[in-house]
Formats: sequence, C-alpha cells, structure tokens
Amino acid sequence: MRETRMSDKKNSAGWSRRDVMKAAGAFSAAGAMPMFFSRGAWAENNFANNPGKATSIKLGFNVPQTGAYADEGADELRAFKLAVKHLNGEGDGGLMNTMKPLSLKGNGVLGKKVEYVTGDTQTKSDAARASAKRMIEKDGVIMFSGGSSSGVAIAVQSLAQEMGVVFMAGLTHSNDTTGKDKRRYGFRHFFNAKMTGSALGPVLKKEMGTDRKAYHLTSDYTWGWTQEESIKETTEALGWKTVKTVRTPVGAGDFSQYITPILNSGADTLILNHYGKDMINSLTQSIQFGLKDKQVNGKNFEIIVPLYSRLMAQGAGKNLKGILGTTNWNWALKDKGSQAFVKSFGSEYGFPPSQAAHTCYVQTLLYANACEMAGTFYPPEVIKQLEGFKFDGMGNGATEYRAEDHQCFKDVLVVRGNENPTSQFDLLEIVQEVPRSQVEYDAKIFGGELGPYKV
Amino acid sequence: MDAIFLQILNGLDKGGAYALIALGLTLVFGTLGVVNFAHGALFMLGAFCSVTFQKLLTISKHVKDESITFFDAFKDQPYLEIWFGDFGKTIIDYSVPLSILFAIPVMLLIGLIMERGLIRHFYKRTHAEQILVTFGLAIVLQEIVKSMFGANPIPTPAPDIVSGSAHIGVLFGLGESVVYPWWRLIYLAFSGLVIAGVFAFLNLTTFGMVVRAGMMDREMVGMLGIDVEKKFTIIFGLAAVVTGLAGLMYSPILPPDYHMGMDFLVLSFVVVVVGGMGSLGGAVTAGFLLGILQSFASMNEVKAIIPGIDQIIIYLVAVVILLVRPRGLLGREGVMED
Amino acid sequence: MKSPTIKNDMFVMLIFSAIILSMPIWLKPLGAGYPDLLQKFAIFGIFAVGYNILFGLTGYLSFGHAAFLGIGSYTAVWSFKLLTMNVFPALIFSVLLSGLFAMLIGFITLRRSGIYFSILTLAFAQMFYNLAYSVLTPITNGETGLQLARGDARIIDRLFSDAGEGLPSTNFFGLEMSGYSGFYVCAVLLIIAFFISQRIFHSPFGIKLRAIKSNQTRMKYTGYNTRPYLLTAFVISGMYAGLAGGLMAATDPLAGAERMQWTASGEVVLMTILGGVGTLIGPMLGVGIIKYFENIFSSLNDQALLQAYSFMPDWLANIMVTITSPFVGEGWHLTLGALFVLIVVFLPGGIMEGVSLIKKRFSKTQANTETGKS
Repeated sequence: MRETRMSDKKNSAGWSRRDVMKAAGAFSAAGAMPMFFSRGAWAENNFANNPGKATSIKLGFNVPQTGAYADEGADELRAFKLAVKHLNGEGDGGLMNTMKPLSLKGNGVLGKKVEYVTGDTQTKSDAARASAKRMIEKDGVIMFSGGSSSGVAIAVQSLAQEMGVVFMAGLTHSNDTTGKDKRRYGFRHFFNAKMTGSALGPVLKKEMGTDRKAYHLTSDYTWGWTQEESIKETTEALGWKTVKTVRTPVGAGDFSQYITPILNSGADTLILNHYGKDMINSLTQSIQFGLKDKQVNGKNFEIIVPLYSRLMAQGAGKNLKGILGTTNWNWALKDKGSQAFVKSFGSEYGFPPSQAAHTCYVQTLLYANACEMAGTFYPPEVIKQLEGFKFDGMGNGATEYRAEDHQCFKDVLVVRGNENPTSQFDLLEIVQEVPRSQVEYDAKIFGGELGPYKV
Repeated sequence: MDAIFLQILNGLDKGGAYALIALGLTLVFGTLGVVNFAHGALFMLGAFCSVTFQKLLTISKHVKDESITFFDAFKDQPYLEIWFGDFGKTIIDYSVPLSILFAIPVMLLIGLIMERGLIRHFYKRTHAEQILVTFGLAIVLQEIVKSMFGANPIPTPAPDIVSGSAHIGVLFGLGESVVYPWWRLIYLAFSGLVIAGVFAFLNLTTFGMVVRAGMMDREMVGMLGIDVEKKFTIIFGLAAVVTGLAGLMYSPILPPDYHMGMDFLVLSFVVVVVGGMGSLGGAVTAGFLLGILQSFASMNEVKAIIPGIDQIIIYLVAVVILLVRPRGLLGREGVMED
Repeated sequence: MKSPTIKNDMFVMLIFSAIILSMPIWLKPLGAGYPDLLQKFAIFGIFAVGYNILFGLTGYLSFGHAAFLGIGSYTAVWSFKLLTMNVFPALIFSVLLSGLFAMLIGFITLRRSGIYFSILTLAFAQMFYNLAYSVLTPITNGETGLQLARGDARIIDRLFSDAGEGLPSTNFFGLEMSGYSGFYVCAVLLIIAFFISQRIFHSPFGIKLRAIKSNQTRMKYTGYNTRPYLLTAFVISGMYAGLAGGLMAATDPLAGAERMQWTASGEVVLMTILGGVGTLIGPMLGVGIIKYFENIFSSLNDQALLQAYSFMPDWLANIMVTITSPFVGEGWHLTLGALFVLIVVFLPGGIMEGVSLIKKRFSKTQANTETGKS
C-alpha cells in the first residue's frame, strides 16, 4: 500500500504537468496562505480527516431538514442517532444483535467513540454539497450519509470521490447512482428502479395478466426517465403494450391536463413514475377522475406506483388502497433483523421506522463494521472491505454489496396499499418478498466507472 | 373533440383557481400598493384551515392495538362517530365544505392582524422593504405550520358523494366516457361565485366605490377626507378570506403541505401582472387565459411539435403579452411603475 | 450629497481588502472559517455587488439574475470538459456568455419598468430553469447537474499530459481552486469586482443611473435616452452574476439547474435589501448573514447546543437547549424569516442604515458619505 504519491499520474518523462503546476502554485501561494488545505498526500497515516490518535471520530448526517422531504429527513436523522448510540454500546444494540458477520464490539469504532454532526440538504444539490463540504472541511467527518433524492445523492457522491471521504447513500432509487454515475467512494444499500421493475414483473403477470395496455406519466427528470425505462422493459417483456409515455413537469401540482388524455387512450393501466408530492397529487387526482372505477377492454383499470414510501402513503391516504408498488423494506417484516430494528426504534421514538430510516441505520452500521474489519479508517482499505461484503440479519435476508458497482443486492418487497388497516401505521400490505436472485442484473449494463481508490 | 372539450374544462378549472388566487393579490396590490410576498402563505393557511378543521372533527378515542408491543399503535375512533354514529361519520365526511364556515372568520382575523400589526407600517416604504418584510413573514408562517403539521402533505378528501366523476359528456352529447370530477366542477362554480361576489361588492356598495376610486388614485381619496386606513384594513381582510377560500377549496385536489404557498406565489404574481396592475377584471381574464393555454400546451399533439412547451407556456405568454401590451391586458397607467 | 474624495475611496478599498483577505482568521471563532463557506461568501459577494449596480443604482428590480448565474456555471463546466481544467478561460467564457444573454434579455425586458420589468425578468429566468431541468438535459444534465467525467475531451490539457486515473481538479494556473487557495482566488476577484463597482458608483455613469432611479421621466424630457444606460447596467450586473456562476463551478465543478430557480434570484434580492440597497458594502453584509444561517445555523443540533452551553449548570443548559433548539437546525428558516421582519421593521434601509445610525451618533458631522446615499 505504501506507494509514493501521485506516481500513478506521472507520464513517461517522470514528471506530470500537475506536479509542476502544484509546485508553482504552492510557491506563489505559500506566502499568502495561513492554512493551506493540503490534499493529495495519500498514505495510510495521512488521508482526509484521519482521526489519528483522537479518542473519537465524527460521522456526518446530511438530510433534508427543510423542503418537501423534511419529514423523511427527520426520520433518517432519528435512525442515524440510534445507530450512533448502538455503536457506542448504549441502548439495546439493535441490529448489532442480529447482524452476521459482525466485527463491531459496541465500544465505538476501532475503540473510538462515535460522534456526529448534522446538516440540511434542502433537497438541492448545491446546498447538499455545501453542507457536506462543511462536514468534511470544518467538522472533520470521516464518513457522511443521508439523502432523499437521487439528484442530491449523485451530486454528493461525486464530491465524496473528490474529497476522499466515504459516502453511504440513504434513500436514492435512480439506476444512475450505482450505474453511470457510480463512484468508488459511494455505496448504496437502497434498491433501484431496475430492481423495482424485475420485482414487479411476475406479480403484475399474476395479478393483471399478459395482455395489458400501459400509459406512463413520468416526472421529467433523470430519476423519472430511468424508472420509466426499467418498468417499460419489464412490462413489455410480459407482453404488455405501451400506449404512451408522457413527461410531466416536476412540481406540476395540478395534473388534470395530463390525466384527461388517458380516459380515451384505450389504455387499461396507468403507471405513475412520480415520487413524493408529485405522486401524491397525481394519484389523488387520477382517482378523482374515476380511473380506478373504469372498465377498459373488458378489464378493470389499474394504477401502479412502482416506488412507494411512507411519506407518500400518508399523503395519499385512502387513495392508495389496493395499489401495487415496491419498497425497500417495511416494518411489518417478520425476520429477526427487522423485528430487532423495529423494537429498538419503536421503543426509542414511539412509532415504527420508515424504509428511509432503515436504510440509513444499516448503512451506518455497515460502514463502521467495515472499518472494524479493515482495522483502520484509511478509506481505500475500508472500501475494499465493503466491496463484495456478504451479510445477513439486517432485514431483507442475505445481502451482498456488489464490488463492481457498490449496489446492495437483497430481497425486494412488492406491496399493496392496505384495504383494511388495523392501525395508523399499517398502510402497506406485503404482497411478496421477491428473492434477490430475481432482481439481480449484470453490472455492466449501465456503464460508468467507479474511479480510483486513492484520490 | 372529446379531448379538446376536456382540456377546455381543465383550463377553466385551473383558470378558476388562478383567478381566485390573483383576485386577492390584485386587491392588495392595486389598492394598498403593497407587494405582498406573503400572499402564497395566505393560500396555504386557507388550505390548512381545512386540515385543522378535519383534525378537530376527528379528535379520536385511541384504542390500543395490543398486538404491537414496541410502540403505541392505535385504531382511532373519532368521538363524533362514537357519540353520533352515522351522523358523526357524515359530518367528518363533509369536513372540507364545512370548514368554509370555520375558515372565513379565521382568515379574516389573520388578515386583520397581519394588516394592523405589520403591513400598515409599510404602505409608505419602498417596494424592496415590502418584499423583505412580507417574504420574512411568509417564511415564519410557513415554519409555524410545519412545526404543527409536519412537512408531509395531508390528505383532505372531498365528501364521498362528490369524490368521483360526473358523466358530463352526456350533457353535451359527447358520450359516456367523457367524465369530469365532481369536485373540480364544484371548484369551478365556487370560483365563479366568489369572483362574482367580489365584483358585486365592489361595484354595488359605497364601500366598493371608494375602493375602486382608491385603486385609481389613492392620494385623492385620502384627500377627500375618507378614512382610508380603516378601509385598507377591511380590504386586506377581504383579500385574505378570498385567497384562503381558494386554498381551502383546492385542498381535496392538492393535499396541503406547508410549502404549497411558495409554489403558487410566482404564479399569482404572473397572473396579476399579465392581467394588468390595478385591474380586477384583468386578473380574472388572465387567470382563465393562462389556465386554458396551459392545458392545451400540455397536450401530446402540441408537445410533439414544440418539446417542453408545457414547461414554459405561462412565462412565454406573460412575456409576449407584456411586450405587446405595456401594462398587461387591462392595466392602467401609473400603477406600480415606479 | 457630498462628493466623496478619491482618498476616501482608496481608504474604503484598503479596509475592505484587509477585511476580506483576513476572513479565514476572524471567521474562525464564528465557526465559518472553512474553505467552502469562505468561497461562498466571496462568490455570492460578487453576485450581490453586481446585482446592486442594477438594483441599487437604477431601482430596477430584476427577479431573473439567477439565470445568469446558471449560465455562468454551465459555461464554466463545459470549458472544463472540453478545453482545460484551468479556470481562467472558463471564467472569461462565463462572463462573456452571460453578458451576451444579459444583453439579449435586457434588451427585451428593459422596454418595461416597475413591476412589469420584474415579472419579465422572472419569466425569462423561470423558462431557463424549467428547460434546463427537462428538455435541455443533453446540455445541462438536468436534475443530476452537469459533472466532469474522466473521458471528457479536455483538448488543451491533453496536449500536455494524458488523462489521469481519477478526475482532474480545477486550478488557476496551477493554484488549486479547492480549499483556501480557491478562496483567495475568489477573494481577489471580489476585491476587483468591488473596486469596479465603487468606480461605477462614483462615475458620471453612476450618477446618471441614480438620476434614472429618482426620476426617469424628467431624464427623458431633458433629452436623455435612458435605455442605453439601463442596458449597460443590466449587462454589467449580468456579467458579475456570470462571474459568480463561473466561480461556483470553478471551486466545485458541478452545475445544477436549481441555481437558476426563482428562489435563487430571490435570494440575491433579499441579500441586497437586507444589507442595504444602493450602498456599497450592504450587499456583502446581506450575503454574510444569509449564507451563515444556511450553513452554520442549520447544522446546530441538540448535541452541538449542549456543548455551546456547557459552561452553564446542567439544568440551565437543558432549559436553554429546549428554548433555542426550535430556532436552529431544521428551524433555521424560521429564524431567518423572523430576522428579515425584525431588520426591516427596525432598520428601514437594511443593516447599513443601522451602521450609519450608530456612526451618526458618534460624529454628527461626518454624515454617511461613503454609503453613497443621496
């Protein structure tokens, strides 16, 4: 591991343009600068925010605290705090009781107490990056996590690569996060649009048959497009026809002008590639237009919402009843890991965790565990431990962090809006736990490259 | 044909909402000369009147779900249902229309407090300062709502009986499949009523006459010895009620969240300015015009010719109208041009 | 208005430069002395100082300047992708292209005044934003934002060396644009920008602009065609915005569409008003306050508050945490909003008004000359 710095960038002449420029720059700058922020000197004892002999380490939790996803962000933050507690050996230990294999000892990470800092992404790339930079430059975090939108996740993930600090993504569902925009320093536990498509396919076939005509309403930005593409691919493989795909502006509010053309389009299925507020509005309004009571081609008209979250389930209220979709995790799962997490979270806060909370909690533990396995905080070594790491007991069954694209592979849940909820939290009914083998795909199909271990 | 008919309906419906929002803003703008960036917040507060009312009606007896041990899960039963049975259920079902009765006094009060407490000190200040103070106020109101209700949208469904669609096509000889949601039709009728009401109020009452005179020439009216201050307070209150009702009635279509005011703020300014400063008729005309154009621009046939047109149509129309007609559709000279 | 002397101007410049360049030192105790925020202060300072040339001098309230910020950012990133990682050409292109767009938009929008002008600029900016987010994704990369890739052409850089294994970083002739060196590049540009703005304020051109603000009709009657002056001011402020946008991309090579949203335009309006419209220093103060809230107040949580109150007895610290926590962290918006209201109620004319009030109290004779109030 002990290479001389930058050797990989040198050309045949033995010096690189960059080195010369650095020297020149350092020369001209040295006088004026009280604190030159040094980067680039990479070795095991000298990397970004090396805790060195300090008795504690800092993690950064970068979540939306203002804006449309503030509630989701708040839930993520709760999970992070819980994870820190458990890592430090406080509380009931949560998933540390069920995770296998486990290197964590409940005495912090590598014997250092875990502390945290928080920040507000505002669900905006610029704000999220500014907040992450604050954590890295000022607070000295060695890992940061969080998120509620793919745009933000991708933006901060590339920052993680630039700064040499690991980013454990929270809720992000776009194929691009671990596809064409994947990074060596970014990891995603959450599932993606491609897996949503693969998981939904068989259920759709069983419930709706092979002869359907689908109409897509899609949020006009990258996440919407990747989901539309993935779902289209799946449904067309079943034999469904795609009548039309219509792009809607983000934050349109009133979708009536996009819904009325569906009425006489001959379509018998509506697929809403919307998320958050857009999905709540488009679903609520579609149902007001009577789509769910409609009969087309002798079949009941169906609406599908490929990606569900609790945020949406609460906002859509009873409109959600009977509507199919997928989710990463649900508190009603019966496996040991899920139960342990629900117990721990529930007794701490008085209500069950959301899937966003679950993924953030798991990500924090996974990072800490990888440090423990590596025996160091040196990012290249930690990353190598996470790559290809196989674990179980964290909900979702046996899981693997695929080395090629840093995507977690695990079981995916197909769910349906509950017709008869027994309590205020009982919004989604699990239709099927789709096994991991069914949602796996070749890492090469999306392109992109991870980049170097050392930056 | 069916498609065009439905898009016209969509446009009218959207236009009704736009006109209603713009009406309150143009009242404040035109008479009081205040650039009110808290106008969106009034719309949001109106929508949250229906949320609050619904929450009040559904105050519930918690029946604990014993199967869950880690946290408190409840099967809620509203007291109204326990006490009055089916009648209670019906009341809860009608919470949105009933909340109008609740919203009118509440919004009036909010309007009065806002005007008396803050806005009135800014009539003589620069527009820049008006923007800063009203924007600050909007943020504060928003954050208060967020701390009370969270950031998530809250479903406020229309009464069951009108939650579906009307077979409106039959009326126009267009066939069974042409349907339109009842609530949207109600909204359209409601906005027509409120607009007519405001116009009648301004045209048929002495008070209205003074207001209209004030819109023409504020100083003059003041010089005539009329107590303008009191009138202004009432106008602001009226604007708050109209805007609040616009938001309240919209809540079944758009589940309210604390941020929705900001989403409508820009739009309401565009509508008012396109209509022309100081013109109520202009605001209403512009509202319907922009609503209908937006609906048509979203049709696939149109988008196929000009990609992305539905994203910008409102702004494009605004630019064109303001370049062709310097003071918007029906604006008068000298209002807010300095 | 007393005409300020050259000497006075030079004095202000020197003080200003000293304050800006020493920011890393004196902002440290406030928790804001880290590179990214320092860069943001300087960059938004340029944006606000430029915006003030239009709004402060002519009174024309543009709600679309974020569009130029965005154009500057996209241009810079494309320059990094196609030509070189050196920020010098990137910034030149940013300024020129946003200037060009400003000319075009200004030419159209300045046909109207007052609120009509504001809405026209707003409409243009929103069109830019909406298109950049969706249809123009091939150029802007939509929601994800335009980013560098290893495989980018970078024609000029390739003449000197091969592509490295990772992503290259931006530099100013070898000086790294990240970290403190990046801040100093931004700071020097801010000082130059401030100097130019100061010259404009006190030039005959600036005086004409102010005359437009106080009475455009009279200007017209006296035979002046005001449009060319207005357009010049509009283009200059657009170029400032472009420079700021270019620098944003230079210090952090990613350009997102949300930079062009009306809220971003609104932010610079608020910064300018908060600090003091038409004053030279005011907009900088506005920038400082808003960015400080956004980055530092938003990051305070209960844990951080407890530490801050650690000098108090436990019970008091706990009470203080309970009282203050709704106003920090996720409540930072609330505090900012309340601050807007309070400042404008008690200090009409923004913070600079307060500053000059204090000054007046100390020396009645030396009235506020350098604030440029007429």
